[in-house]
Formats: sequence, structure tokens, C-alpha cells
Amino acid sequence: MLVEKAVALSAILFVLGTLGALTRRNLIVILMSIELMLNAVNLALVAFSRQWGDLAGHVFVLMVIVVAAAEVAVGLGIVIALFRNRESVNVEDSSLLKW
Amino acid sequence: MTHAPALLSWVTFAPLAVALALLVLDGLAGASGRPVAKELWKGAALAATLLTFALSLGLWMGFDPARTGYQFVEYTPWLPHYGIHYFAGIDGISLLLILLTTFLMPIVLIASWHEIERSPKSFVFFMLALETGMVGTFAALNLFQFYLLWELMLIPMVFIIGVWGGARRVYAAVKFFLFTMFGSLLMLVAILVVYVLHHHQFGVWTFDFVSGPGSVVPGILETLIPTTGVWWQTQPWLFLAFALAFGVKVPIVPLHTWLPDAHVEAPTAGSVILAGVLLKMGTYGFVRFALPLFPVASVEFAPVVFALALAGILYGALVAMVQKDIKKLVAYSSVAHLGFVMLGMFALNVEGLEGSILQMVNHGISTGALFLLVGMIYQRRHTREIAAFGGIAKPMPVFAALFGITVMSSVGLPMLNGFVGEFLILLGAFQASPGFASAATFGVVLAAVYLLWMFRRVFFGPVENPENRGLMDLDLREKLVMAAMIVPMFWIGIHPDTFLRRLHPPVLDLLHVMESKTALEAGPASARARAKLLAALEGAGARAGEAAP
Amino acid sequence: MVEGQVYPLLRWIVLLPLFAAAVHGVSLGWLRQPLSRTATIALSCGAPILSFVLAFVSLIRLATLPPDARFLTDTLFTWIGAGSFSADAAFLFDPLSAVMTLVVTGVGSLIHVYSVGYMDDDHRDDRGFQRFFCFLNLFLFSMLALVLGDNLLLMFLGWEGVGLCSYLLIGFWYADRWNAYAGSKAFIVNRIGDVGFLIGIFLLFWALAGVDAATVNFRELAVALPQIADQTVTLPSWLGGASWKLTTLIGICFFLGAVGKSAQIPLYVWLPDAMAGPTPVSALIHAATMVTAGVYMVCRMSFLYAEAPGASALIAWTGLATAVLAAAIAIAQTDIKKVLAYSTVSQLGFMFVAAGCGAYSAAIFHVVTHAFFKALLFLGSGAVILAMHHEQDTDKMGGLRQLIPWTHRWFAIGVLAIAGFPGMSGFFSKDEILLSAWLAHGVPGHRALYAIALVTAGVTAFYMFRLHFRTFLGESRVAPELRARVHEPNRWILAPLAVLGVLSVVGGWIGPSAALNPIPGVDPAQSNSLANFLAPSLASTHHEVAFATERWLAALAVAVAGAGALLAAWLYLWRPGLPARLREAIAPVHRLVANKLYVDEAYDALFVRPLVVVSENVLYRGVDAGLIDRVAVNGSANLVRGLASGVLRHFQSGLAQGYLVVMLIGTILVAFMVMG
Repeated sequence: MLVEKAVALSAILFVLGTLGALTRRNLIVILMSIELMLNAVNLALVAFSRQWGDLAGHVFVLMVIVVAAAEVAVGLGIVIALFRNRESVNVEDSSLLKW
Repeated sequence: MTHAPALLSWVTFAPLAVALALLVLDGLAGASGRPVAKELWKGAALAATLLTFALSLGLWMGFDPARTGYQFVEYTPWLPHYGIHYFAGIDGISLLLILLTTFLMPIVLIASWHEIERSPKSFVFFMLALETGMVGTFAALNLFQFYLLWELMLIPMVFIIGVWGGARRVYAAVKFFLFTMFGSLLMLVAILVVYVLHHHQFGVWTFDFVSGPGSVVPGILETLIPTTGVWWQTQPWLFLAFALAFGVKVPIVPLHTWLPDAHVEAPTAGSVILAGVLLKMGTYGFVRFALPLFPVASVEFAPVVFALALAGILYGALVAMVQKDIKKLVAYSSVAHLGFVMLGMFALNVEGLEGSILQMVNHGISTGALFLLVGMIYQRRHTREIAAFGGIAKPMPVFAALFGITVMSSVGLPMLNGFVGEFLILLGAFQASPGFASAATFGVVLAAVYLLWMFRRVFFGPVENPENRGLMDLDLREKLVMAAMIVPMFWIGIHPDTFLRRLHPPVLDLLHVMESKTALEAGPASARARAKLLAALEGAGARAGEAAP
Repeated sequence: MVEGQVYPLLRWIVLLPLFAAAVHGVSLGWLRQPLSRTATIALSCGAPILSFVLAFVSLIRLATLPPDARFLTDTLFTWIGAGSFSADAAFLFDPLSAVMTLVVTGVGSLIHVYSVGYMDDDHRDDRGFQRFFCFLNLFLFSMLALVLGDNLLLMFLGWEGVGLCSYLLIGFWYADRWNAYAGSKAFIVNRIGDVGFLIGIFLLFWALAGVDAATVNFRELAVALPQIADQTVTLPSWLGGASWKLTTLIGICFFLGAVGKSAQIPLYVWLPDAMAGPTPVSALIHAATMVTAGVYMVCRMSFLYAEAPGASALIAWTGLATAVLAAAIAIAQTDIKKVLAYSTVSQLGFMFVAAGCGAYSAAIFHVVTHAFFKALLFLGSGAVILAMHHEQDTDKMGGLRQLIPWTHRWFAIGVLAIAGFPGMSGFFSKDEILLSAWLAHGVPGHRALYAIALVTAGVTAFYMFRLHFRTFLGESRVAPELRARVHEPNRWILAPLAVLGVLSVVGGWIGPSAALNPIPGVDPAQSNSLANFLAPSLASTHHEVAFATERWLAALAVAVAGAGALLAAWLYLWRPGLPARLREAIAPVHRLVANKLYVDEAYDALFVRPLVVVSENVLYRGVDAGLIDRVAVNGSANLVRGLASGVLRHFQSGLAQGYLVVMLIGTILVAFMVMG
């Protein structure tokens, strides 16, 4: 019962994160949305881990947290470099890599 | 008979090795503040090509003309898990072509000594790399190695045309590259299909064409490629895939339009090597791979090839006739000449095949000489338009005489090399198809028409253009270059036996292999092919019995 | 097969002129240092004279051999050998080639000597003098290879070689565009004939290969030919589907080569234009030697033509048609060399009539006598041209008899010989030809053949005497300022004329037929020594004919020739105003004939122009540049480019979120696929 609720919450959070990543224009908000997606996955993993009594889920959650942290560090670094060059964190302002 | 170990590899890789060494030395010298002079580089490259030629003469002298099979064989595993080995060896056919390559390279370097103004170091580097590629392709007996070197040759040629060429060089270089590569892609697929078929039949993975020395693993040549079954595994389609790649290179009409552009825009050295050697890659590929691997398809497709060859002979000559640029005229004449080569080859008898292979060498020399001569006149007047000349036999009589001899060689006058090849080709083709051969014989008239007309407009008549009056005749360097080209014209024309002798075993062997492969499979097409090949072998037997080894 | 005697001297007959030419080539081309005049003369005249001496020595050796083994051979090496084909560089000296070799080297030497005098004013900077002799020597080498080669391929080498030298020598004064054009025309028209020659070789070779007797060696061919003599070939349905005898087909192919080389219909058009070359060239190549190569070839292959009646009939009638056409055109020509050129074409036609009627020795006889008197006539015309300071139009000549008497005398002898004055060389040879036509039962319509040939002989006499009268006799039409400078040419020129003159008179006595032989007590079988000598080399067709018939025919020929001569005398000596009035009366006909029936113009319009136009517009612009390049090659490149720039690049919007959407959709799809 807990699992169902947790997974439902996880799904909602994931969808919210996806929508945010797809529709928001501010780069920082997009990064936060991606974080939200990752954490939604974490929630689902922990829930299932509790359900089946398998520690692998917990371990995997720790891995995901580490990866998320690294990714945020790099991502924010890119955002700062981009801001220095384009004077904006609007994602539509950095669409140079096109035809 | 003993010979220097790994001589063939030396001949193959010496040019590239020298090129890389010079590159390193140049870098070091430049870094230390004392750059190497351009003349020194050119001289070193020339020495490398002369050395390679001398080594290839060693190949010639050590070659046993009476033995069938490959000689100077070298075999080193490379990626044995996939059956990729460094497997090189020569027979009479590749020997002649390798010698043609190593012979032309020093001549080309001497001829273009003053022509390359910009970055001569890069230029000679590419030429040396090209030489390695060409010799390696002729010597390759592993299909992977062959394909690798086949594609590898394109890159130096593209640079040579694209950097040092004429006005439309970029277009010509890109066209050459894309055209040739497009043709080769299907060949890659076909090679892989045959590779897999071989595995089905023998349980081993190998790209080796024949069994390696001391190995019992059967080569790809022994694969039975069926004539019926899944369509992309049958002889006709696989043959077509190979034929497309080789046909672009030959070139077979209508895949030829890259040739005029590439030849015209390339610098003299590039044109000579392109016409002299690279075009022979296509015909060599047919003889070495396409014919023995797909004998039934070869016989079945022979009429088509005849028709295309005839088209090449007549069409090439007629289009050459109306050209206004001398170099383009010579380029189209190459199409016509190689039409003859294809005609003789698909006659699938000893006369036709030997004539075809000899004509490959002949064309390299005659057309190479023509391009050299055009280059000489271009150096003086910076134009190739026929209309810009007229009557230049008066200020340049030696040039006119040498040009005349070369023209006669191209026309196929007896006592010069072109006649021997053309005669044997037409003789062989006549037995296969009297109609096509008779029509092709008419091609000799057309050759005379367009070449003599060009010769007359350029050399005879009054000197009308004042710029032509003070033209300098050939200097010693140019005379030496032309003398080197004229000697083989007469030698092959007067005593072709020196060269034909080395072709008897491989050609007979080829026909034997084709015949035995057609015997392996039942079916009407195979039976027809077998009958034809047996007839050709029977005719050959009469002379083979007399020939003293 | 009987083995001949090996005679290593033979190769030097052929190689000496080649050596001389090579020395010239090296000196001019590589060393850039011309030889002195004396050295040039010694080398270039010495070589043919030496060859002649060697040929004569070989002849003596040959004559000592018994008739059935009467040949000498000399093999150098195997020239081309592949599969079942083998052709050696080897020479064969049998009676036929002996006769030809003697004529070629003998007349050739005389013309070399003549050229010293004729080309003297070419001692200019362009070293024309030495270059001329280089080419002449090269020509002699090729011609000797042609007649001495022991197989078809070596003969073909000589065949093409004389074509090359003809090209070089016709266009010798190359600064004039017309000369260069005439040279090219000769080479190309010859090559058209050569296509037939080559196809003949192929047909013959493969037919013999079918019976395991593949060869191109003449002696072996003669032995092997009967094996295929009965084979027939059925032409494919789109060519008519008729069934032809194989030997006839082969014979026609080889004859096509002869048509080109010996200027028969329809490939004779190069010969009149070849008169652009220096006169010694016209004499040597276009009268005495090269053009007779076709006749030699037919006679050498007599064993083939004896088995090919269809081909022989074609040869005879083609020869006759050519003889008639050329004679008709010659009547209206005014250039002295053009008349002689058409006369040569006509006389060659006569030779082919004989060959077609099976009288091969008669054809060769006429080759020999024609070499004598035609060379004489050409060299004489050259003397006239030199005397007239390069004027060739007989309209501007006349009355030269007083100014250049010796030239006139020798020229007159030549005219008498060609007209067939009794006792002279032309009389005997022409009568043999006419006789062969009379007796040729194998040729359809041979009586008509005889009649037309007879009339043509009369026309020959007419136009030759016309030429002589207009040039040497009658009122002088020479420009006054020129008249004072006309003088007899030097002895380099007169000496060969004299020798040829004597030969034209007595040359016929090598082979008078028994009926016409006035010497009493001569054994009839021995009378025609030439024919007897040649018999082992040629296929024999023997016809019995009564002496009386022969004598009547000979008398008839003399009468017709005499009539022609008298007509010429009447028109050009006794009624000099008449020709002009006649010309006006039949002006259109005259214009047609004087313009050689517009054949050249017809060829140009029918073949040359359309070929060039079609090649330029349809083939080059239409197919190559248009269809292949523009549509296929550049078209496909443009297609790819259009696809990429029109469609594909819009996928690269540069917006990261767009890419995210695509990724999401893709992930969902993959998930569904994985889950089944």
C-alpha cells in the first residue's frame, strides 16, 4: 500500500519535472526540474527496495545522488560560462548550434 | 631461387617510409631553426622513387616466368581472429603493373621539377604515399588489405588534384573522390557477403584470397558462389557490385564523367599517374578478383561488357574529336583505350586477356607520355586550347617529333607498343563475338582521326599566333624524360615477348581456375560458361606446348 | 612442308634503310646537328643501292634452287606470340617477293638519286634536305618489310609503315595547311581500308584455328587453306541472312585493305590530293611502290582468291570501274601531276582486273612495267615543274620541247610506254591483262569487262598524249618572263630519267607472251620468263588460247590506243582551238568531270560533317555534359544537397528543449517495444 502511494507520488514528481524541463525557459529552472526527475526516481527506488526487502535499491539511490550532484556541478558551470558570453540564462538565447 | 627477403614489402613501403622520415627530419630541422631546402626534399623524393624502381627491377629479375602461382609471397598475421593478414605476392600481371608504377614515378617527379611552385614538400609527400598505395594494391592478396589500400589511394590523389590543380580543381577533386568511393561501397558489401559465404562453406573466417603459404586454410577463391538462391548471395549481383567499383575506376561508359575533369584539372604529375596507373586499378581488379570469383557471371555478362566497351571505344573517340582543350582530348582518348582493354578482357581467351593486360601497360606509357608532352607545352604558353597553337613544329621540331611518335603509339602503329595490345585484343575478341570486334576495329580509324586532327592543328600550318614564334624547344631534362618514355614504346612494339612471356602462366591459370569453378555447380549457365572456357583453354594448349619455359 | 634455304643476308635488305633513317633521326633529333650534304647523300642513297645489290645477289641464289623449293628464308625472332597465335619477325624471299624487292629497291634507288637534285633548294635552316631523306629511307624500310615479310602481320607492319611515311612525306612542307591536310587524309582513308585487312586476318585465323591449323605465315597458309575452302558462313538475319563462302568473305575483307592502299573505288580520294607532296614522293610512293602493295597482297594471297570466285569477280569489276572513272576524270585535268595521279589510279584498276581474272603474274608484270614508266613520267613531270619554277598548270605550258629537249624525249618515251606502243613494256603487260579479261570464264560478264577495259586503254592513250602535247608541243603559253629562265635540269635528275626510260622500253622483254614474242625459235613455254619464274608463288589458272586470237587482240589494242593518240593529236596539235569550243558545248559535263565528280564534297557532306556535328552536339553536349554530368552526376549531388538543406537541416533547431522532446518520445517508444 505504501508502495503504491510512493510510486504514484514518484510518477507525479517525474511528470512535473519533465514538464518543467520541457517548458521553462530559464536554464536554472530546467536544471532544477532535471533534479526533480532524478529525485522522483530515487523515491521510486527506495519504495521498491522497502517492498522487496532488497538493499540494491538503496545502494542505487546513493549512486544516483552522487551522479546528480556531479551533474549539477558541471551543469551550473556551463550555465555560468554561457551567462558570461550571452548575458542571459534564457534557453532560447543560446540556440547557435543550428542550421 | 633465392632472393632478398621481403623485397616486395621493401618495394611497397620504401616510398612511404622515406616520406615519413623526411617529414620527421623536416620538422626537426625546422624546429632547430635551419629549414630544409625545397630542392633537397625534391631530390630526396626522387632518390626514393629511383631506389624503389631499382628494387622493382630486382623483382623483375628474380621472377621466374615459367612458374604459375604467386612469387615473392609474404604473409604476416595482422588481426588473425577476423582472418585479416598482411598477405602480399605477385604474379606476371601484378609484376608488370608494379613495374609500370615504379617506372613512371621518377619520370613524373623529374618532369614536374619546376612545375610545382607551392609547397613542393607536401606535394612529394603525397606522391610518395600514393606510390606506396598503388604498389600495395597491386600486391595485395588479402581482400581486406586490398580494399584498405584501394580506398587509401584516393586521399593523396584528392589532395594532389585539389591543391595543385587548375581552375576547377576543387570540383574535380571532390567529384573524383565521391564518384570512386560511391562505387567502392557496394564492393565492400560484396566482399563481406563472400566472407560470410566462405565461413558457411569452410567454417573459417578469412579474407585471404588464396591459401597462405604453408597453410591449409582455403582462400576466398575456393568459395563456391552459387548462381541461384538468395539474390544478394548469387554470382550475378555480387559480380555487379564488384563491377561497379572497378567500372568507375576503369572507367566504363557511362561511369566515366569524373575522368575528364580530374585529368584536366590535375597537375601534370597527377594526370600522368592518374592515367598511367590509377585507371589500371579498375581493370586489374576485374582480372584479379571479379573474373575468378564469379566465372559464370563473367561469361553471362560478357555481351553487356562488350557493348559498353564498344560504346566506350566509339563514344570516347568521337567526343575526343570535338574537344578544344588538348588535355581533355587526351582524357577522352583514355576512355576509348580502356574500352579496348575491357573488350579484350571479356573475350575470355588467352589472346584477348594477354592483349588486354599488355594494353594496360601500353596505355600507361602512351597516354602518360601524351600528358607529359601537354604539360611541357603548358609550361611554355599556359594554355591548352588547340586554337592557341598552330605551326609549332617550326620552332619546336624535336617536341613535334616526340609528340608525333607518341601519337602514333596511341594510334596503334605497328612497331610501337599500342599495336601489339590492340591486335591481340581484337583477335581475341573476334573469336568471342565477331560483330563487336569488327565494330571495335573501326575504332582504330577514329583514333587516327581525332589524334591526327589535333596534331595537325597544333603542329602544322603557318605560325599565326606571334606568341608561338619564339617557343623554346625541349631542354635536356625534358628530352631525358621523353626518351625514357619512348624506349619502352619501341621495346614493347618490337619485342613484346619479353613482357608477354610473363603473362602466359597467370592467364592460363586464370582460365583454369575459372573453368574448374564452373564445373563445381550444375545448371545451364554454368555449363555454358564451362564450355566457353574449355574452348579457350584448348586453343591455348597448342601454343603452350611449344613455349619453352 | 618443304623447307627453304636459310639465307641470313635477307635481313640486311630490310634493315639497311632502317639504319640510315635511324642515323638521320638521331642526328636531327638528339644531337641537333645535321649531317653534311655529302654524308646525307652517301648514307641515304647508299642504303637503297646496297639493298638492291643484296636483293640481286639473293635473286641469283634463288634462281639456282629447284622450282618447288625456290625460296629463301631468314628468321629473326618471334614477334608476337600469345595463345595459339604466333607471328615471327621473319623474311621470305621467293620469286614474287624477289620481283617486288628488286622493283622497290631499284626504282627506289633511282628516285633517291633524283631527290638529291630535286630537293637541293631545301638546304634551309629547317634542315628539310636531311629530313626528307630520313623519311624516304624509313619508307623504303617499311615497303621492304611489306614485301619480304613471311606472314600477314609483318606485312601489316610494312603496310601501316608505308601509310605513316606517306603521311609524313605528303605533308613534308607542313607550313602549308593544305599539305598537312592531304597527308592526314591519306593516312585516315588508308586506315579505313586497314579495318578490312585486320578483319580478314581475324576471320582467316579463327577459321583455321577451327581445323587446328591456326597460322598467319604465308607458306603455312597456302598449305592449310584448302581445309577451309568449302566452309560457308551464314550472315545474321539483319544483314540479309544469305550464305556466303568463307573464303569469299575473307577475300573481300582483305580486298578492302587493298582498296584503301591502292586507291580503288571508293577509297581512291586520297591519291590525287597526295600530289601535294614533293614530286619524288609522288613518283616513289604513289606510283611505283606503296600503291602497288594492294596488288602484291592480292597476289600473295592468290591461293585464297583462287578459292574465292565471288571475291575475285568483285576485284575485277571494282578494278575496272576505278580504271574507267579515273580515266574519265583525267581527261579534264590540267595540273600535270593530277593527270598522272588519276592515271595511276586507273592503271592500278587494270592491275586488279588482271588479279580478279586470276592472272596474278600479269598483274605483277604490270606492276613492274608501271613502276618503270610511271616513275619515269612522274620524275619527268618533276623536271618540268623544276624547270618551270614550280608551275604545275599545263595551261601555262606548251612548246617546252625546244626549251627542255631531254626532258621532252624521256617523257615521250614514258607516254609511249603507257599507251602501249608495240614492243615497249606497257604493250606486253597491258596485253596480258586484256587477254586475261577475255579468257576469264569465272568472272561474270568478262567479255564486257574486256570491252570496257579495251576502250579505257584507248582513253589512257588519249589523255596521256593530251598531256604530252599540251606540255611540250604546240604553241607556247609560258609566261614570257618565265620563258628565259626555263632550262634543262641537272644530271642528278636526268640520269634516273635515262635509266627509267631505257627500262620502259626494254622492260617488257622479261615476260613477253609466246604469241607476241617476235624472236624466232623461242620455245613457247619458255617465252614468258616472268610468269614461269613467278609460278611457284602464285596460284595458277591456265587458259589455253590460240596464238592467232592473242595476236588479233593485241592488234586491236594497238589500234584502239592509236586511235586515242590520233584523237589527242587532232584536238591538241592540229586543231588547237577545238578543245575550248567542245568544252563550252558540254560545259556542265565538263565541269562535273573536272571537279572529280564532286566525290570529295559528297564524302564530306555525307560522312565527315554529320559525324563532327553529331559528336559535338549530341554526344558531347547532349549525352556527356548534359545527360550524364548534368542530370545524373551533378543532379544526384544537387538532390542530396536539396534534401539536406530543404528538409533535414530544419531538424537542427538549436533549441535544447526540442531535442529533449524527441528524446522523450524516443524513450517511450523504446520502452513500449521492450515491454512487448
